Amino acid sequence: MSLRSPLGRVLGLGTAKDGTSHWWGQRISGVALAILGLWFAWSIATLTDYRHANTVIFISQPFNAVMLLLLCITMAYHSYLGVQVVIEDYIHAHGLKLFSLIVSRFAHIFFAMVGVYAILRIGIGT
Amino acid sequence: MTNHDRPLSPHISIYRWPITMVSSIVHRATGIAMAVGFVLFVFWLADAAAGPEAHAAFADTMGSTFGRILLLGWSWAFFYHLANGVRHLVWDTGRGFEKAQANASAWFVIIVSVVLTGLFWASVIAAFFWGWML
Repeated sequence: MSLRSPLGRVLGLGTAKDGTSHWWGQRISGVALAILGLWFAWSIATLTDYRHANTVIFISQPFNAVMLLLLCITMAYHSYLGVQVVIEDYIHAHGLKLFSLIVSRFAHIFFAMVGVYAILRIGIGT
Repeated sequence: MTNHDRPLSPHISIYRWPITMVSSIVHRATGIAMAVGFVLFVFWLADAAAGPEAHAAFADTMGSTFGRILLLGWSWAFFYHLANGVRHLVWDTGRGFEKAQANASAWFVIIVSVVLTGLFWASVIAAFFWGWML
């Protein structure tokens, strides 16, 4: 005998109320970050000069700029999902948990936008 | 009569950590470290966009001994989280859950992360000397 309500069975979302979307989002962004992260590690490792002029040349190359934009946004998304789980695991007071999740979401979106703006400003110019 | 041979572990805090437990904790710890690293990545971009002075300040901070130790830690955190993430993807297919397999893959991930970190810094140093010779 199942204790689940007919509505719950139809929605299929479980106790977390959001089904498998978090799980899938974390997996797919993780696969994307494996590619983007290795590209970034390789790019940084093979840069011969970390000074400003050379750094700006590297960021402003169209392919590099697109990869950095993807990296910045995907990293923010994957990081948000991970931090969300950590908050949900360790903060049990409902109000503080909700507050922390909102702060985390705002912070991740803020830093993602700063990164995107910086890349576009370097790539397209001021 | 006292039986000295009886098992004493697990005790409340005296407990030999299984390697799978360590790998799980380290996966989360490296993830949190890289959430902070994401902010550093954005600072790198923003300082590069802000101009030579801001970028020089960033480069000086990260080029200091303390900064280099942080960068070494972050690079290892990335390679560990990447390798262990692949381990998680294999688990997602239902494979590798036997105790011996999970122990072996935990050690494998540690070795891979150290090797990749070593290769990364060897490349950084090689590229630096290559640029210096040109």
